Amino acid sequence: MSDLTDLTIEEAHALLQRGEVSSVELTQAHLERIEAVDGLIRSYLTVTAGQALDQARAADARRAEGEDTPLLGVPLSYKDVLCTRGVQTTCGSRILEGYRPPYTATAIEKLEALGAVMLGKTNMDEFAMGSSTENSAYVVTRNPWDTERVPGGSSGGSAASVAARLAVASLGTDTGGSIRQPASLCGVVGLKPSYGRVSRYGLVAFASSLDQIGPLTRSVTDAALMLNAIAGHDPRDSTSMNVEVPDYTAALRADMQGLRVGVPREYFIEGMQPAVEAAVRAAIDQLAELGAEIREVSLPHTDAALPVYYLVAPAEASANLARFDGVRYGPRVVAGSMWETYRQTRGQGFGPEVKRRIMLGTYALSAGYYDAYYLKAQKVRTLIKQDFEQAFEQVDLIACPVSPTTAFRIGERIDDPLQMYLSDVLTLAVNLAGICGISIPCGFDENDLPIGLQLIGPAFGEEQVLRAAYAYEQSTDWHTRVPAL
Amino acid sequence: MIEYEPVIGLEVHAELLTRSKMFCSCAVVDSTEAEPNRYVCPVCTAQPGVLPVINRQAVEYAMMVGLALNCTINEFNQFARKSYFYPDLPKGYQISQYEHPLASNGWLEIEVGDSTRRIGIRRAHLEEDTGKLFHVGDHSLVDLNRAGVPLLEIVSEPDMRSVEEVEAYARKLRAILVYLGVNHGDMSKGVLRFEANISIRPRGSEELNTRTEIKNLNSIRSLVRATRYEIQRQIEVVESGGQVVQQTMGFDEDTGRTQAQRGKEQAHDYRYFPEPDLPPLHISREWVAEIGERLPELPDARRERFIQEFGLSLQDAVVLVADKAVADYYEAALAAGGDPKIVANWVTGELFRLMNTAGLEIGGIRVAPEALVELIALVEAGKINNNTAKEVLEIMFETGRGAEEIVEERGLAQISDSSALEVLVERVIAENPQQVQKYLGGKEGLLGWFVGQVMRETKGQANAQMVNEMFRKRLEALREG
Ligand SMILES: [Zn+2]
Repeated sequence: MSDLTDLTIEEAHALLQRGEVSSVELTQAHLERIEAVDGLIRSYLTVTAGQALDQARAADARRAEGEDTPLLGVPLSYKDVLCTRGVQTTCGSRILEGYRPPYTATAIEKLEALGAVMLGKTNMDEFAMGSSTENSAYVVTRNPWDTERVPGGSSGGSAASVAARLAVASLGTDTGGSIRQPASLCGVVGLKPSYGRVSRYGLVAFASSLDQIGPLTRSVTDAALMLNAIAGHDPRDSTSMNVEVPDYTAALRADMQGLRVGVPREYFIEGMQPAVEAAVRAAIDQLAELGAEIREVSLPHTDAALPVYYLVAPAEASANLARFDGVRYGPRVVAGSMWETYRQTRGQGFGPEVKRRIMLGTYALSAGYYDAYYLKAQKVRTLIKQDFEQAFEQVDLIACPVSPTTAFRIGERIDDPLQMYLSDVLTLAVNLAGICGISIPCGFDENDLPIGLQLIGPAFGEEQVLRAAYAYEQSTDWHTRVPAL
Repeated sequence: MIEYEPVIGLEVHAELLTRSKMFCSCAVVDSTEAEPNRYVCPVCTAQPGVLPVINRQAVEYAMMVGLALNCTINEFNQFARKSYFYPDLPKGYQISQYEHPLASNGWLEIEVGDSTRRIGIRRAHLEEDTGKLFHVGDHSLVDLNRAGVPLLEIVSEPDMRSVEEVEAYARKLRAILVYLGVNHGDMSKGVLRFEANISIRPRGSEELNTRTEIKNLNSIRSLVRATRYEIQRQIEVVESGGQVVQQTMGFDEDTGRTQAQRGKEQAHDYRYFPEPDLPPLHISREWVAEIGERLPELPDARRERFIQEFGLSLQDAVVLVADKAVADYYEAALAAGGDPKIVANWVTGELFRLMNTAGLEIGGIRVAPEALVELIALVEAGKINNNTAKEVLEIMFETGRGAEEIVEERGLAQISDSSALEVLVERVIAENPQQVQKYLGGKEGLLGWFVGQVMRETKGQANAQMVNEMFRKRLEALREG
């Protein structure tokens, strides 16, 4: 039997089902490894050991009663942007230090209903704004493949916890690449579902029209299992779509016969790390080997994605973050007047990147600038969406890199916001278009750092994305490599 | 001297008395009574991560108002975020309709004096109410019971030209909201709030001059007072060679004056943008038709019906329908068998007088419509006369007891027993021979004096008409005999 912390959901489920391991043992093994390893990795902000063992015991009891679900008793981690009742939820920000939500996010509620165990809450860039997790107000999370390097972000804690075997799987959120980019940099699978596929209720909003919850796992099958659990319409989220949820594991097949894969010429950009391009091109060849028909496609408005994103997302964020005023929750810095109290509370509660984006967004929405910035950005957003719609008339999937580079060094880009923003240049158009995308391991660079392949599908095209990802994964062994810790 | 006319538009904020709030399932309660922060949830306290869900009933209520105000109900509806910081606004933005209101281009007809005027309705849009702040010593407390209660903002065109029209518009609009059952109209509960936009111009001019906006008027009385004051203030400014400055004003109830609000209330940039948490709301034409069919009878239609069906005067009908509860009371009385005109007289006369004196609305009185009809029936049957009936009504009003019971107990019944009255008539004739002689001698005017003797004897309860007739017959018989 392999180490308990190396198990995928699928493998853990098999052992639990056969009674070869209990959820308590599985959970205990993860808690011990967190204890041993997370001092170095710093993937967790909060570890809920006692509660996790309670949940594990409850899961074992449910199993003893004859119940069985793929997640019953499986220990998971959740990004700290997802609300968990009674458990501190900070979004990586000082402004929510000590905040214990009175309710649990729908996606987590669904996992808990299936018997999943929560190990704790993972680190992230403050309010999911960043690409390295260095913007966390609390700790810097390290990449398990090279602890001098970032895990990516903003779901860096989730990706690192899965890569470092500190959780079987995790939930992250993706607003412009925040699941796929850290998954790529940490060598795990990260799925950003289509907008409206998973309820956002309980996801502390960064950019409401872009945010989506998705899984980070160590296999494509696990990603499908997690999506099965969390997808579906939620009456509490009017933007969640009432579209039938298929069994995503049923779509997984080892070949790609009949699938047409587009390769967008605009996604192999100048300045891309050669090893990344080489690995992704090799992966595309492999897709052809598996029976896919490869075609070049064009997404002509790709260049506009970054500026559009940095208008739309901050604009929404500027309003979303207005509620953090110290009046009802979170630390309050009491100053002379009400207005001064606001200023001090927010001034001390938010970090520099969050402030930068609030200012950007406030500016973009201001009288006299709205038309030139926000409104124009929305119009260009429509063009980006149409690019994909037109591409998907010709192909079933798009294959491209996730991140132009592998994991960079801690501190390398933190003082250069524009350089940092470029980390997401290949992922954020997917959010703007509301479609789905996955990152799966497709190789390693000269420093043994993981490289990710991005497969993009149309809105609610998760089945074909997962099918292709699975076929690729089964024909390669990149996903079997484990970081030495 | 130049004669000025005011140009006035009103914005009315009406809470919609739905079961639950605009975007969450918390109950809509009387926020002046409820224990603070009891009717709140993660959504209306703006906990991180929550999302709004549109209340269908609020949309339907808004559609009803839109249709009653002859508006177009727009198919494409979008909510927007209106951003500003204040502790009674939990999210730091209010969800409101901005570019795409639910209803637009309607009108409302008002009656002032003998004339009818049509006031344009520019738009009516849905939004959410804020919480309330209480200032205690040097700090403030926030109550979020009201936060998220559906509000309909109804914006008129600047079509009103006098304080009287402003009052008529406000009363008519209030009546319509109450008729529709979407608002109970009790302004002491803050469920209706007004803002007036006022400018003046020389009568006959068509220009639109600089206007001021008076905010937070919480009753029709305040609206009328503030409007009257502000018109006069602007006239004085202009006549003394000054210029009206565009500004937001408050109204001081104590001094009765309007004054400019300073600082934060001015020059807001609300940074509106479409609410990304709510997809556009499409209102199908079928839905509009369905709501249209469900509209109850409105004040104007009811007034016409009262005139047609019950033969009431225009004036009585207008007075009766102005308050839905009064009109309902009136119709309940008719259903209990009352005569339309007689009941109308009693309601608009004695009953209104008693209500005014007591400061009560019709919903708060202890005289049921059936009880009023019972009282009227006693008059009609000759058991009591009109004056006694008024006294009895007063007792009914105070005690809630039935007319018959009061009449019985206090011995107020009119004496119509002819044998009893005959005894009295005989006695008066026997005891007053000189008066009888005078009568017989040609002073027939003394008949009233004879009747008066019996009325005095019976403390006014004798059936005066019968007594009159009996004396006449008896005395005439003496003459012949
Ligand atoms: Zn609520």
